[in-house]
Amino acid sequence: MQQIEQEVRQFVIENFVFGNDSNHFSNDDSFLEKGLVDSMGILTLVEFVSEKFAISVPDEDLIPEHWDSVARIGAYVQSRIGKAQTSNQLTTAASVTL
Amino acid sequence: MQATLSRFSAEVLELDVAKVAAELEEAIREVILQRLRRKGAVIGLSGGIDSSVTAALCARALGQERVFGVMMPESDSSDDSLDLASQLALTFGIPTIVENIAPTLEAIGCYKRRDDAIRTVIPEYGAGWKSKIVLPNLLDESHYALFSLVAQSPTGEMRRVRLTSEAYLGVVAATNFKQRIRKTLEYYHADRLWYAVAGTPNRLEYAQGFFVKNGDGSADFKPIAHLYKTQVYQLARYLGVPEEILRRPPTTDTYSLEQSQEEFFFAMPLEMLDLCLYGKNHKVAPIEVASAIGMAVDRVERVYAIIDSKLTSTRYLHMAPQLLEPISEVGKS
Repeated sequence: MQQIEQEVRQFVIENFVFGNDSNHFSNDDSFLEKGLVDSMGILTLVEFVSEKFAISVPDEDLIPEHWDSVARIGAYVQSRIGKAQTSNQLTTAASVTL
Repeated sequence: MQATLSRFSAEVLELDVAKVAAELEEAIREVILQRLRRKGAVIGLSGGIDSSVTAALCARALGQERVFGVMMPESDSSDDSLDLASQLALTFGIPTIVENIAPTLEAIGCYKRRDDAIRTVIPEYGAGWKSKIVLPNLLDESHYALFSLVAQSPTGEMRRVRLTSEAYLGVVAATNFKQRIRKTLEYYHADRLWYAVAGTPNRLEYAQGFFVKNGDGSADFKPIAHLYKTQVYQLARYLGVPEEILRRPPTTDTYSLEQSQEEFFFAMPLEMLDLCLYGKNHKVAPIEVASAIGMAVDRVERVYAIIDSKLTSTRYLHMAPQLLEPISEVGKS
């Protein structure tokens, strides 16, 4: 989880505060309230996260609850990776049973 | 004790139209003749309400012979744009020219570049397809307002796909050629006539950055930029803008599929957004605005937040070229 948050944080710093971390935003700070990331920024973040962590993001998951802070993205990515692993395990188990 | 009723209502936007029109006409004369030192006004006529009101005001302020209307259809323009613009010009006796910009757009690669960008999300997109960019309606969703592309195949099949940032930026960049080529032609005519170019945004468009930088955002003066959309309609009725123009739903007239401004940018009905913007500008509590427009308080709070967010994200569009050192001799009268 820490690793995911670190990668996302680094991406936000490089792409939305242009390498300048002097704003001292915390991983729990709301992007919207801090004015850090607009909707185009969210789109860019979604693309980065999807590719980096090899997860798909359905439209219904594009809500602030999942994307409005570094910590929320970390939790969301963790849950998507977890789901993908469970799904893989079930597929493998089903194959063995067959 | 009786509860105090909310006094905030759509009435706050009602104008004394005769007085406002007279003041605007005086201001237009002062700006063009004194400040800009030009002898007339060039206006791109789209057949929409904003350019119609701007043209009517200029004709009354300067005399119809000192206004020049430019109609600039292209391949994706709706059929009635030219008819409505012609009607407007006829109503106010404004001289006009029709400049078909399709060949210029073709030559510069506008349509090809746009279609190439669309093909990154819909590979089969090509001849015979139509498309538009849309936003989800903020009134119905708590989702991020991310752009989607709606495309119609030649057989009528509709597709809706979420745009990638690359595709979105590619489509917008290519499409912006339309507004920039139009502005180039407006300045051509302004230069040859020694006129000033009128910009036609209303307050919603101006404040929320609904314009293309160096495209429709470029002008020498913007006479209705301080007026809310509903106020522009009030003026239009007073000035005698043709009924068909008043009845026409606001459209961007930029994409090949019919697209309302609500779908592309504002994501809520314009009369409601007008009252939200007015309320926010005048520090009216969201609960009062909510009661006036029949919307939930948390939705109005969200609209207030989005207005702020748009003000921030579109600040770049309003910025003049940034100088790195002051140049003291420029700007002195």
